[in-house]
Amino acid sequence: MSGAREAILGSVRRATERMPTGVVELPGYRRALGLDPAALLDRFAERLKDYDVTVLRVPEAQIATTASARIAERGIRTLLIPPEFPEAWRPSGPTLVPDSGQGARELNEIGGVMAGCCVGIAESGTIVLDAGPGQGRRALTLLPDYFLCVVLARQVVGLLPEAMPRLRPAIDAGRPLTFVSGPSATADIELNRVRGVHGPRTLDVILAG
Amino acid sequence: MSAVTYETEALTGRDFPERAREELRDSQLRGNIRKATTTIRAKTAEVTGELPDWQDLRRAGQAIKREAMRDLARNLEALEANVSRAGGKVHWARDAAEARWIITNLAQAAGAEMVIKVKSMTTDEIGLNPALAAAGIRPIETDLADMIVQLGHDTPSHILVPAIHKNRAEIREIFMRAMGLDHLGDQPTELTAAARRYLRERFLSAEVAISGGNFGIADTGTICVLESEGNGRMCLSLPRVLITLLGIEKVLPRFEDLEVFLQLLPRASTGERMNPYTNLWTGVREGDGPQEFHLVLLDNGRSRILADPVARETLHCIRCSRCLNVCPVYERTGGHAYNSMYQGPIGAILTPQLRGFAEAGSLPYASTLCGACFEACPVRINIPQILIHLRGEVVREKQATLGGRLGAENLAMQGALAMFEYPALMGLAQRLGRVGQKAVERDGRIDWLPPGLSGWTASRDMPALPPQSFRAWWRSRRGRP
Ligand code: SF4
Repeated sequence: MSGAREAILGSVRRATERMPTGVVELPGYRRALGLDPAALLDRFAERLKDYDVTVLRVPEAQIATTASARIAERGIRTLLIPPEFPEAWRPSGPTLVPDSGQGARELNEIGGVMAGCCVGIAESGTIVLDAGPGQGRRALTLLPDYFLCVVLARQVVGLLPEAMPRLRPAIDAGRPLTFVSGPSATADIELNRVRGVHGPRTLDVILAG
Repeated sequence: MSAVTYETEALTGRDFPERAREELRDSQLRGNIRKATTTIRAKTAEVTGELPDWQDLRRAGQAIKREAMRDLARNLEALEANVSRAGGKVHWARDAAEARWIITNLAQAAGAEMVIKVKSMTTDEIGLNPALAAAGIRPIETDLADMIVQLGHDTPSHILVPAIHKNRAEIREIFMRAMGLDHLGDQPTELTAAARRYLRERFLSAEVAISGGNFGIADTGTICVLESEGNGRMCLSLPRVLITLLGIEKVLPRFEDLEVFLQLLPRASTGERMNPYTNLWTGVREGDGPQEFHLVLLDNGRSRILADPVARETLHCIRCSRCLNVCPVYERTGGHAYNSMYQGPIGAILTPQLRGFAEAGSLPYASTLCGACFEACPVRINIPQILIHLRGEVVREKQATLGGRLGAENLAMQGALAMFEYPALMGLAQRLGRVGQKAVERDGRIDWLPPGLSGWTASRDMPALPPQSFRAWWRSRRGRP
């Protein structure tokens, strides 16, 4: 197979040898949204609602009580909790299940999951998970049918270019990233948007601070 | 999906006009396609229009792709080094056969009897599914639309919504038969729920997943897959072994380049501000996701396209499908007429370059050169320019044969050239035409032409030549106000 490698790289080199060199100047697309903090959070919440996400805006001290009430309303009885989940966020009511390396089949039986995130992007209503503290491995936020995500006000940025420096450390540490913009969806049947195919069918967001 | 292989024009004699005529008769297909393209056009117009810097992002996308191609060999070496450093293994495939061989062997070595698949366009290009099946491995498509196409033994008709030609009643039939169900409603929510139940067990038990990819990041070794349904997350994080097939043109130099492409792609593609899920992973991560990762880098004609100074920007395509949705020819013929997993304007330039003019030489003509695709393309690929360039190549290739030199098209083109060079000849030709058309003109329209010229009128008519030419009329009104 090393023959294939040399052959491909060789023909790529021959194909590109006469292409102009020099520094590529990137045009001045927006690097920042430039909204004040309150307007930024409003924009983020508004864009999440466009994806049919329920957004609960509360002070940081009320995360646990808000979560408890919401989980009860949703009828969730078992709730998966990722490693290094903040003590102060723990809801009461459901049975809390810590990540103990369960296999996919076991995770599939758990009713919901509550987790934090790395960054929120206002312009597109996107939440990025970076497998860091309070989020854990990817399967945790995938297999349970209900996902309650906590986003702190200080984690919200305006545009994707503002998010990139906050995501780079996870990439450099070899951690995966998952961008989540609303619950899973498809429009493959006569272009009707149907929510919830394989990912969690319901996504609630607590926007705190 | 394609247990079906795509036909060769030179062998079957069936080219784009021939296939388009068949599809034009299918009114459901045309209705569905028109609804799809109209809906998606409106959505993409809205979400691209709301960004004040959309044009700057397009230019940035084009500039980054140019740089990525210019340094492609170096970028590929960096990607390989970084994937290996992170515990992945990189394989190189010169052509489809080599890629099929590598992937089938990897799946066999993992002891797989079935594999789950996501983002299958490139695996379709290499005809992977029949090769897996021949090796006793059952490929399972997990994108809802690909599933509909696969279970219905069909071929895709649109890059983004491959099953757009099927309505809900047909999908219900396909699902009931394939899933062995006695009852199933035909509401999209019920059909989607059936797909969720059917695939969940397979996601939980599959040992091996095969995926395509949207981007490979040279400076970090990260692979990026955009999706909507969550089947990508399942395939990319649950099985023990993951095999990703990536065309060599999918490489971006830096992680930060994603800040441009993750804004361009979803907005141009599904018309969303962001698609529901975007997955990024780097090699193997202990305790999270597949513990064995193989990246197969595929050439299959791409380095040859790269050597063509005009056509090379074809490789910048990020498969958003927006050019399909704005194309008047695609809207009328649908995707099957392109006889390829790449349809519409991008298919018209990419397929003949990948497969050769003998197989797909009629495709560069499947366009009116109206320019809508260029305006719409998020990375500013000048598709009309590449189409004209490829038509020149097709004609040059044909002229190399005697039959081609004497063909009606070549003679007509040579004749047209002479007329534009000598205006007197043009006047003569028009006068002769006016006499000659008396035999075929009806109510000022011509809808039949003799063999050799009949290609134009087979599925359209044209206005007859007026009694007087513009040039004659202009001469006669000289001196008048
Ligand atoms: S050519 Fe441009 S518009 Fe067409 S699919 Fe590719 S990126 Fe999209």
